[in-house]
Amino acid sequence: MRGRCCASRTGRWPHERRGGVLIAWLRHHRRALAAALAKFSAQRSAALLNALVIGIALALPAGGYALVSSLRALVGSVPLEPALTVFLRAEAKRADIEALAQRLKSDPRVREATFVPREQALKELQATEGLAEVVAALNRNPLPDAYVVRPRVRESAALEELAGDLRTLPAVGHVQADAAWARRLAALASTARLAIGLLALVLAFGLVAITFNTIRLQIVTQRDEIEISKLVGATDAFIRRPFYYLGALQGLAGGALALLLVWGGLAALDRGVAEVAASYGSSFRLAFLGAGDALAVLAFASALGWFGAWLSVSKYLLEIEPR
Amino acid sequence: MISFSGVAKRYPGGQEALRGVSFAIEAGEFAFIAGHSGAGKSTLLKLIAAIERPSAGAVLVNGQNVGALKRAAVPYLRRNLGLVFQDQKLLYDRSVFDNVLLPLSFGELGSREAARRARAALEKVGLSAREKANPVQLSGGEQQRLAIARAVVNRPALLLADEPTANLDAESAAKILEIFAAFNQVGVTVLVSTHDEALIGRFARKVLRLAHGTLAA
Repeated sequence: MRGRCCASRTGRWPHERRGGVLIAWLRHHRRALAAALAKFSAQRSAALLNALVIGIALALPAGGYALVSSLRALVGSVPLEPALTVFLRAEAKRADIEALAQRLKSDPRVREATFVPREQALKELQATEGLAEVVAALNRNPLPDAYVVRPRVRESAALEELAGDLRTLPAVGHVQADAAWARRLAALASTARLAIGLLALVLAFGLVAITFNTIRLQIVTQRDEIEISKLVGATDAFIRRPFYYLGALQGLAGGALALLLVWGGLAALDRGVAEVAASYGSSFRLAFLGAGDALAVLAFASALGWFGAWLSVSKYLLEIEPR
Repeated sequence: MISFSGVAKRYPGGQEALRGVSFAIEAGEFAFIAGHSGAGKSTLLKLIAAIERPSAGAVLVNGQNVGALKRAAVPYLRRNLGLVFQDQKLLYDRSVFDNVLLPLSFGELGSREAARRARAALEKVGLSAREKANPVQLSGGEQQRLAIARAVVNRPALLLADEPTANLDAESAAKILEIFAAFNQVGVTVLVSTHDEALIGRFARKVLRLAHGTLAA
């Protein structure tokens, strides 16, 4: 752009034109993109190799993210709030059951207690994935009546204490702390997500470094062109632009390759996972990244490529001055 | 068009290329800078194109203090100068035509108008028939003419040439000078450095004589 210039602004030069600045600017961008595309295709093998390195680096966190997202979808269907299920003895006396109800109502550690009659429990079991056939095979209801207790306390020690207290009551056959495994899995998934985030961060540095170096080499090979362009009046912005596009293109190609790798990897894994899940009566499948996530990977890769090119250009382009 | 007043240039390391140089060249003039190699001819031309900055004094080009020009403004200065170098500085990865097109690629001209201008410039230096060739395939004189075509494609008001005939035989050198003279005829200010006294003798023009960085009277 010619905005800040003096010579052309003062109008002293007879043949400077003012109109069409925006059109010219767009044309420059189009030409820079065309130049970058030409460079990219001229060095096909080297460019593809770079894109592959970037793709593999990005495929690790992207694939991990897809895996964890699938797992979270599974875990998400399970209530994560702590709960105790208090199963009653089949032969419990009416008075004992009433005492238990009273106790649950008065205990300050209990927020809410819901009675689940054994018929309802059987119905719920029938609705649960993979268990319908099992239930159908039974000729009588093996389930006891139960209370589902939502406690006010959340720490496992306090929960244990509450469960222990309830176990001493005569009507109580068994107390089970629900959702413990689900909470553990959720915590694990959070940790995995954090680890993936850190991995992505580290690999992002790698991506920037790769682009930095590619662009540096490109600047070295185009040294003459850059020097001569400066001599005949090219602005810094004009000289920088094709390198930015080249960096972004390389990142974009790497991002696309990463998606391809993740997609291929998940497709290969999914068959095995589906078989295992089916043997448990589950229809759990690995999900590929959503459209938004996939676009985010592409945008992230392009942006990092652009940034790497910017760093490189900022460092090396100033050094090339006509002498 | 160009005015130097008390200009000195010291390179890092202490080498003094120019000392107390003052002169003026009017618009439309054709002048030579004469002197032995190392006399400061190249430095003087580089100061005009803001390739080097003066250590002291003022360099005015078209009323503009070139020595104090901001970095961002330098490209716009150079678009109004035509620069020709002894070593031509051509790009050998593209055709003759694309070499001439280079200075127009960052201007505001559309592709068609730019191509038209480039052809016109090649025609003026007699290289129309070679536009698809690679610069490597050209003779020394043709390469220098190509460099001139690239220098004038932006239609500059001022043409600077640093030893443009140094590596050429007498005939080619005369041809180059005739091309400069033709541009001068249509109003372009021309400043040519050379150590070739015979050439200067053939084109009786204003001569600035440099010796050891100072201007001889």
